[in-house]
Amino acid sequence: MRSQAEYRVLDAGERALVVEFGSTVDPQINGKALALDAALSEARVPGVRETLPTYRSLMIHYDPLVVSRAELVARVAAIEAAHVAAPEPKARWLLPCCYDPAIAEDIGQIAEMTTLAIDRVVALHAGAAYRVYMYGFAPGYCYLGGLPDELAVSRRAAVRAPTPQNAVLIGGGLSLVATISMPTGWYVIGRTPERMYAARRSPPFLVDVGDELRFDPVDRATFETLDARALAGEDIARREALR
Amino acid sequence: MNAGLRVLRAGPGVTLQDAGRWGYLRYGVTPAGPMDALAHEAANLAAGGAAGAVALEISVGGLDVVAEGAEIGVAIVSSGFRIALDGTALSGDCIATIAAGHTMSIRAGAVGAWAYLAPFGRIDAQAELGSLSMHVRSGMGGGGIRAGDLIALAELRPGPSAPQKLAQFGAAREIPIRFVAGPQDDYFDAANVARFLEGPWRISARSDRMAYALEGPRIAHAKGFNIVSDGVAFGAIQIPGDGLPLVQMADRAPTGGYPKIGTVIAADLGRFAQMRPGASLRFVEATVEQAVSAWRAARAQMIGALATPHAGATPSSESLLTQNLVGGVVSARE
Repeated sequence: MRSQAEYRVLDAGERALVVEFGSTVDPQINGKALALDAALSEARVPGVRETLPTYRSLMIHYDPLVVSRAELVARVAAIEAAHVAAPEPKARWLLPCCYDPAIAEDIGQIAEMTTLAIDRVVALHAGAAYRVYMYGFAPGYCYLGGLPDELAVSRRAAVRAPTPQNAVLIGGGLSLVATISMPTGWYVIGRTPERMYAARRSPPFLVDVGDELRFDPVDRATFETLDARALAGEDIARREALR
Repeated sequence: MNAGLRVLRAGPGVTLQDAGRWGYLRYGVTPAGPMDALAHEAANLAAGGAAGAVALEISVGGLDVVAEGAEIGVAIVSSGFRIALDGTALSGDCIATIAAGHTMSIRAGAVGAWAYLAPFGRIDAQAELGSLSMHVRSGMGGGGIRAGDLIALAELRPGPSAPQKLAQFGAAREIPIRFVAGPQDDYFDAANVARFLEGPWRISARSDRMAYALEGPRIAHAKGFNIVSDGVAFGAIQIPGDGLPLVQMADRAPTGGYPKIGTVIAADLGRFAQMRPGASLRFVEATVEQAVSAWRAARAQMIGALATPHAGATPSSESLLTQNLVGGVVSARE
């Protein structure tokens, strides 16, 4: 049996538990959160309202009038003792992304900050393979790990004006695909014509946590064409099934 | 002609809220739902509806509606709002019937931030991701109630023949707000935890359905203020870089990257939500066990208060309890 130090159980009030596997952005730590998530979902514990995997932890929202904290902690311990393997990625995605400074408003600033040419910034961002770690912040905001170190700029000290819709952003060593327009501390490096959330789609959210994702650079004219097709209800990203 | 409540005037921040958009936290979707869950539930139950049914949440901006196409029974649970039916004052917690063409006005009183209006019938609106709750920031479920809107109603039930006052429930306003420590209380040393407990805190004007900002002593972090994002519960007391707490409310983002010193307990969350900018408070720590007992007691008190005998359509305490037990449980990811 593994030591208890493998994870920590923290209280987020009396209606949510946080099972924390680490404090960093790491595929192994994220994999543990996803493994517990899958096992707990399979166990269908009465009183477990909803689970939320993040980079490094699983938040378990529960009804304490139905399931006690102690019972939930015991369930988690039993699952962890069984060494459930992290789920394999389901799919690899290729997401069109337009890096034209005319719509990628902060890419020039990133080039200055990193002392790289804009073309090099694009080559680095589009050349990397990303892991989808989590969604968060706003509907369909998809957080990616795997950004090349050369592009690991800090987040802004102050929040910038709301992004355009479907922005591709970088900040704090990570990349992010956004949906709706929101103020942010990140930098807009590109725009995708794809909608990560579309109410018409089933399921409405495009990618799953744990999936792999790459960007396919497209020029402005292609972006506009694809954006119009996405607006008309077409899925633009290419999906390759992995299992 | 469709029956409904025609909005004559709506202040900012008036929305439809059901029990919340649960099931999509993992996709970044804010649950929304009522700011004061017990008051919301009480309004629904007093109108003979299900605990988690969709009701109107009314901000201090107020709301005037006229009954259109039918007479419409309503239950109102507010924390001191001024209610008038065709100019006649009613209790802030009441059930009443608005005759067709007649007007009900709901305005903020001296205290209280959120009032709930539940119709004797079903609000007929378009669900998004399984919920009618409006999250104004993302537009999910709609952008808010505005003058001219018709809140369409279906399956109308008869309202009371005369207005009736509902019994009040809830704790006194003056007692401290209880919280459970964590999940990142280890980001704060003993001196800063003491400073947090000492307060006192004042609700800032920068408070809304997303978060209540607090003004008071600045809380320093022992280990920095950037954490790798994790889940954020309703009532989470985040301490951002400037050291002033942001208590995360119904419209919070489901994840966030600041340390959370504690979480306001469910039993005190409604009372906290009802505080207006300028109100002052202190925090006191509770254990998980104390928080669960307090929550059980608070719900029992609400249900008991509503079951206080009076003529009209209010269901018995037995049927309230049944609905209550059914309404509280949602299985994961279904």
